[in-house]
Amino acid sequence: MGSRRTLRWLVGGPPFLFLVVFFLLPALIMVVASFRYPGEFGGLAPLFGARPGEDSGLTAESYRVFFGDWVYFEIFAKSFGVAGLTTLVCLLMAYPLAALIARRPKTERNLMVLLVVLPFASNFLVRVYAWMIILGPFDLLFNRFAVICGMVYVHLPFMILPLYTNLEKHDPVLLDAAQDLGANAWQRFWRVTFPLSLPGIFSGSALVFIPVLGMFAIPEILGGKDDWIVGNMIKESFLGTRDWPFGSMLSLMLTVAVLAVAGATSWLAARGMRRA
Amino acid sequence: MALLEIRNVTRRFGSLTAVDNVSFSVEAGEFFTLLGPSGCGKTTLLRMIAGFDLPDAGAIVLDGVDMADTAPERRPIHTVFQSYALFPHMTVSQNIAFPLRMAGIAPAQIAARVKEALALVHLEEKERHYPHELSGGQKQRVALARSLVNRPRLLLLDEPLGALDAKLREEMQVELLEMQREVGITFVFVTHAQSEALALSDRIAVMNAGRVEQLDEPSRLYGIPRNRFVADFIGKINMLEGEVAESGDGRVRLRVPGLGEIQARVESPPRAGSSAAVALRPEQVRIAGPDAPLDMPNRYRGKVHDFLYVGDVTTYIVDLPNGQQLQALLPNSSPGRAKFFEVGDPVSVAWPAEAGVVLTE
Repeated sequence: MGSRRTLRWLVGGPPFLFLVVFFLLPALIMVVASFRYPGEFGGLAPLFGARPGEDSGLTAESYRVFFGDWVYFEIFAKSFGVAGLTTLVCLLMAYPLAALIARRPKTERNLMVLLVVLPFASNFLVRVYAWMIILGPFDLLFNRFAVICGMVYVHLPFMILPLYTNLEKHDPVLLDAAQDLGANAWQRFWRVTFPLSLPGIFSGSALVFIPVLGMFAIPEILGGKDDWIVGNMIKESFLGTRDWPFGSMLSLMLTVAVLAVAGATSWLAARGMRRA
Repeated sequence: MALLEIRNVTRRFGSLTAVDNVSFSVEAGEFFTLLGPSGCGKTTLLRMIAGFDLPDAGAIVLDGVDMADTAPERRPIHTVFQSYALFPHMTVSQNIAFPLRMAGIAPAQIAARVKEALALVHLEEKERHYPHELSGGQKQRVALARSLVNRPRLLLLDEPLGALDAKLREEMQVELLEMQREVGITFVFVTHAQSEALALSDRIAVMNAGRVEQLDEPSRLYGIPRNRFVADFIGKINMLEGEVAESGDGRVRLRVPGLGEIQARVESPPRAGSSAAVALRPEQVRIAGPDAPLDMPNRYRGKVHDFLYVGDVTTYIVDLPNGQQLQALLPNSSPGRAKFFEVGDPVSVAWPAEAGVVLTE
């Protein structure tokens, strides 16, 4: 009994500690930071013992600014639009490919999966700059289209892999059974393959949607000034205007928004499952 | 006209001929079984009847219509798969409703027919359960209900009882028979279990290496097998190989090396000098003490090699003088007594001339 508990801590302890120190504590620091004043030259103003004329202590100023101006809401909406569109395009492109790979003989499948992840072998920024060379001559750069192209390109493997993992597990005899019972090709897909692949669709979508919201490099390189999304704003707050409390607040708002979307989706999905 | 006609059907996979010029017909309302060892072509044939595979030559004709150009989803034929193939994301009711929905039947009617089908398989209280919440036998019943609900012309069953344990299998056999009588739908059943085939079928086609070896009623397959394969595959059998010494007038005398001559009855006597075998069921062999008066033409002395007690009967394995072993069955009709002979006991074995079947193929 005692040795089992020791083993559990040996296995679970290191990642637990790692996450406490490098995720949980920083997240809490960020929550506190979002309620503080910005320092004069970046960073944060002290909590106590300010020099005369300097702000100190806690304030909801960042939140007041955020909720007091529609422009932030608009940027959030635009970000969700970009993320949603990227997710949809990735899904439409990845699904047929994942299904195709899943139906190949086992030996070929591993090779094809390797090809899917091969782009990771080269540097992310290099791959994004490559899109400038591709789109530049056609005068298609610095707009929403270029941003979506880059986003889809970078995130496509994250949609393909979970979908493939899911589709590969489907028992082909279920499709035989559906056909045997009178289902045509479309009905076989819509009534059997698609509902069974929903878990893959959800995890793939989460793996694309959430990182896209925080992405700042692609809009900065391929997009125009209008194509900034939340990620750019957060980056700008920390590195540009050097308003750390505002950046922290934006990060928190993004987390809350993502959780809200994820919650709503899973609630809708559960409802849909029950009705199907 | 027969409901289903298999006309000279051949199917090859590369150099392997899985189904080799097979022909037979299945009558409406029949419980027809394709029986054979794994790899004999029975499943390939079943897949071709369902439409998942097409014959290289020959025709599959249902109700007088060649099915060659009819896709599986348009054939009035349903299959019960060995793994049941229930849709895991649908409840029992939704699974059973599936073929009705595909056929575009009105929802109100679907509900009534699903209820009817649930009653047929005694699963009314499980309608809202998902397949993973059911036992093997219950899954089996759902698969049956799903396949029967829109009344196909023909139901194909691909080793449907293979995944069940022995006791459940016997219960399901009885249920299958009752169900088939109740709905009156023609069943084509595929199995490698000969006892299952004998118990369930109106007729059985015994298949081997892509061909039908014999097509007959169960009792005739068991009693009058046409060749060594069928005799050996169905039930237990003693095979005494020899050479025809004398033949004619419905009788044959077979010279068995080391044993002497065996007398047997035969309808079409084989040529003298040809090789043949006498196939003898264990229950046709009488076994008695060494000096018991057994008035039969075939009578030999032997020694008990071993015996297998299975409750209702005991099978004695007797060493014959020529070194061959003969199985003889003795019913255990006296309570509390497991055996009549011990290992090593001298015994006599005997059988009448009409007991054996003479096989030349």
